[in-house]
Amino acid sequence: MSLLNDTVARIREKAVWMRRHALKMVYDKQLGHLGGDFSATDILATLYFGVMRYDPVVPKMPDRDRFIMSKGHATGAFYSVLAGAGYFPEDWLATYMQPNSRLNGHPNRNYLAGIETNTGPLGHGMPVALGIAIAGKLSGLAYRTFVLTGDGELQEGSNWEAAMSAGNRHLSHLTMIVDRNRLQQGAGTEETNGLDPLDDKFRAFGWHVEMVDGHDIEALLAVLAAPVGDRTKPLCVIANTIKGKGVSFMENKAVWHHGVPSPAQYEQALKELV
Amino acid sequence: MAHGEAARGEAMRDDAGRQQWHDCREAWARTIEGLAEINPNIVVVVSDSVGSSKLGGFQKKFPDRTINVGIAEQTLVGVGAGLANGGKIPFVSAASCFLTGRALEQVKADVAYANVNVKLIGQSSGIAYGELGPTHHSIEDFAWLRPLDNLTIITPTDPWETAEAVTWAARHEGPVYIRLSRMPVPDLDIPNRTFRPGRAELVREGSDVAILACGTLVHLAVEAADQLALEGISARVLNFSTLAPFDGEAVLAAAKLGAIVTAEEAGVRGGLGGAVAEFTAETCPVPVERVGFPGFLPTGTIDYLFETFGLSRAGIADAARKAMARRAT
Repeated sequence: MSLLNDTVARIREKAVWMRRHALKMVYDKQLGHLGGDFSATDILATLYFGVMRYDPVVPKMPDRDRFIMSKGHATGAFYSVLAGAGYFPEDWLATYMQPNSRLNGHPNRNYLAGIETNTGPLGHGMPVALGIAIAGKLSGLAYRTFVLTGDGELQEGSNWEAAMSAGNRHLSHLTMIVDRNRLQQGAGTEETNGLDPLDDKFRAFGWHVEMVDGHDIEALLAVLAAPVGDRTKPLCVIANTIKGKGVSFMENKAVWHHGVPSPAQYEQALKELV
Repeated sequence: MAHGEAARGEAMRDDAGRQQWHDCREAWARTIEGLAEINPNIVVVVSDSVGSSKLGGFQKKFPDRTINVGIAEQTLVGVGAGLANGGKIPFVSAASCFLTGRALEQVKADVAYANVNVKLIGQSSGIAYGELGPTHHSIEDFAWLRPLDNLTIITPTDPWETAEAVTWAARHEGPVYIRLSRMPVPDLDIPNRTFRPGRAELVREGSDVAILACGTLVHLAVEAADQLALEGISARVLNFSTLAPFDGEAVLAAAKLGAIVTAEEAGVRGGLGGAVAEFTAETCPVPVERVGFPGFLPTGTIDYLFETFGLSRAGIADAARKAMARRAT
């Protein structure tokens, strides 16, 4: 029990550290996607500090667990977690989107260790994750493949092509996590092109579905760290999240999809992110 | 008579005088099966395209290594990138029009920009689907793939080059697009050939005009050169099978003759002709005549469309005379 408590406490601490970094990166550059960074932060922190097997010293270890950041615009969160995991020095975060930086606005696998595929255009992560999962099965390697998608992103048809194939192939070692913050760039997902009932959709595609509070570390750990066991279906975790989570004036506001804080807002946000 | 034979010239004859025509897909299928026997990491990825890719035999031998994602080209290409991440050497095979058109963003982002070890095999390229029309023609693929960094683009001209290109692609670490046709072609008659990706292959030496052709147009370029020879015109013929990386050296040398013709079973805007025009305009201005298709094509058989748009012995010879007439004196 105390081991779990330690893990949860460590993840929480890392999540605060990540949010503060993402905030600073976006504030310094006056560019980025803080709303989605903050809704995804607890999910990323849980994966990297409580679930996945990887070694930043041997980033291409063949049997490593893979993570695919399909919502590639949330680089504030993604680069922070990679730095926190030891893939590159923390001070590189200060180069975010600076000229010739390895930290491009969207992730490039050739720029930084720990990035499995280039993302940015939406709907690309699922097919690649599917291919990685198929390769693992063919090679007899027990690694797990995790892919994080946005929810608005699920309006892209390619996700459903891949979801159908993954269900048909019974890829139990494939886990997708939906960052279900219910907001996309311009408005709510349901008023734009509704996704509900999202759980039923994935069940119909042959997936095992779990719904969790995407900011409850213990709940995330319970579904993500659980061994695959005799589950024969791919796992879809619908993580109900809050866009802009952690900063009161950003929470649940579509404008913070790519909003940039003023100096006063930056100071206020820093005070709240502790 | 092989399909399309009348319009597309004479093939080589065997000892009994019979014409030998080949579907390069046979060479592709034979080669990939052979490579897969040796290398367990080779897999094929298809989108309900086993038959059209001639992969029935492969599937029988390697059912687990034949990954069929269904009719879903975006996933087809993305899965290829994922398989490469997992240490496989995926040959992603589907009709060129859908592989490169429907999945263009996956080819760009997941394969070329990410620079992963995926081999894209475009089947029935060009206008192989004839009367099925522009939705099924793949004559824009050169134009939209050529600007993508890291991606090698090869259009084999006969079974030998098809086998060589596929074998090379399996060894090469990086993305490759191999553009195959289903149209019957003859063997190119060159002794002691060596496959050199990235280099144009000298098919026929000549000193008055250079014809740069690829794929199904190379044997027609040779026939055009024969025809021009009767008029006392000496035409150099290059098999320009690698479009990217671009062999500028060969074009520079060709430009020294003072007249260039390009010939491809593709749109002239942005393809081989486009590439040569870009290069020569900046480097060595010279008259360039482009043989290829002007845009969306009307309904017609392959033969009709080749003939109508000058993808023929006569059409290429005409283009050569035109280019020479434009030459600065």
